[in-house]
Amino acid sequence: MRTATEIGYNTKVEGDVVVTRLDAALNWCRQNSLWPMPMGLACCAIELMATGASRFDISRFGAEVMRFSPRQSDVMVVAGTVTYKMATAVKRIYDQMAEPKYVIAMGACASTGGMYRSYAVLQGVDRILPVDVYVAGCPPRPEALLDALIKLQKKVAREPVLATLKKAAA
Amino acid sequence: MTPQRLAELLQSRYGALVSAPTEFRGEVTVRVADAEQMPEVCAYAKKLGCDFLLDITSVDNYGEDPRWMIVYELYGLEHRCHLRLKADVSEAKSELPSVTGVWRTANWHEREIYDLMGIRFRGHPDLRRILMWEGYPHFPLRKDFPLAGKPTDVPDVAFTNASPMEGGPFVTTPGGKDAIEREPRAKELEG
Repeated sequence: MRTATEIGYNTKVEGDVVVTRLDAALNWCRQNSLWPMPMGLACCAIELMATGASRFDISRFGAEVMRFSPRQSDVMVVAGTVTYKMATAVKRIYDQMAEPKYVIAMGACASTGGMYRSYAVLQGVDRILPVDVYVAGCPPRPEALLDALIKLQKKVAREPVLATLKKAAA
Repeated sequence: MTPQRLAELLQSRYGALVSAPTEFRGEVTVRVADAEQMPEVCAYAKKLGCDFLLDITSVDNYGEDPRWMIVYELYGLEHRCHLRLKADVSEAKSELPSVTGVWRTANWHEREIYDLMGIRFRGHPDLRRILMWEGYPHFPLRKDFPLAGKPTDVPDVAFTNASPMEGGPFVTTPGGKDAIEREPRAKELEG
């Protein structure tokens, strides 16, 4: 079930009161405070750092702090080549994240294994994790990563929060 | 001190064990006939001033006997000369003494050779895999190991699967007249 509720606010009519649905309010809070867990494994991590720096400021979008602890983060950005040796560690860290959690596969190596079709590289992190957004590039421009974050925000906005909660409780 | 002089000093000390130096583009290479004596030759080279081991690597001459060739790149910080030592090891033996007693840095280089080629080093303080994980059954850089890899599973440590090759590895053809000719194309692997 998908809800596409926007927060509608007309100052002349409502004055200082905003009327909205709880789903929309919760999703608005979540989408604008997605704290990334940077799984920076290789060169894409440099571009991730560049996105976090001042020129391409990722904190404009609410991804204020790069929380390196999975317990305190919302979205895992897999930035770099996932080798088979590292794959179990990535899965373990993903399992330690609390719901709701999302994954951005940044770059060619995280999406499909990239240029490394070999004995040592996992051919895409989606073989072990459910990925929400894939970013193409080697490495992707910081603007591309921000575009992925915006797409993820739109995906979060569409989530039926209360319906999921009620189902879990039952 | 030139690299030639270095090689000649080595040869004068060891006679038949060390071959005459060959040169290619200013780089001097010397072949050592018996890999078992490598630590002695290396210790003497260190006494001659080659105090910096740059690299140890191995070559797989698949189909030839001896199959392995170990290459030592030496350098001296005082005399600033490079020297290359090469030794052959047969596949049946696949073992030679370690030079960690001469240069401590050989530790990781020899671990890498053991991990990827399967050549053992006698007397190594800690010979275990360094890039792949403990329990991985194959030696990936051998020429009879496919680039795509083989499926393996070491529970709780790591797993591998064969990568989809989609018609062969995409290899550039160097020396083409423009970028379109040099573009990577699917190339069938022989064997």
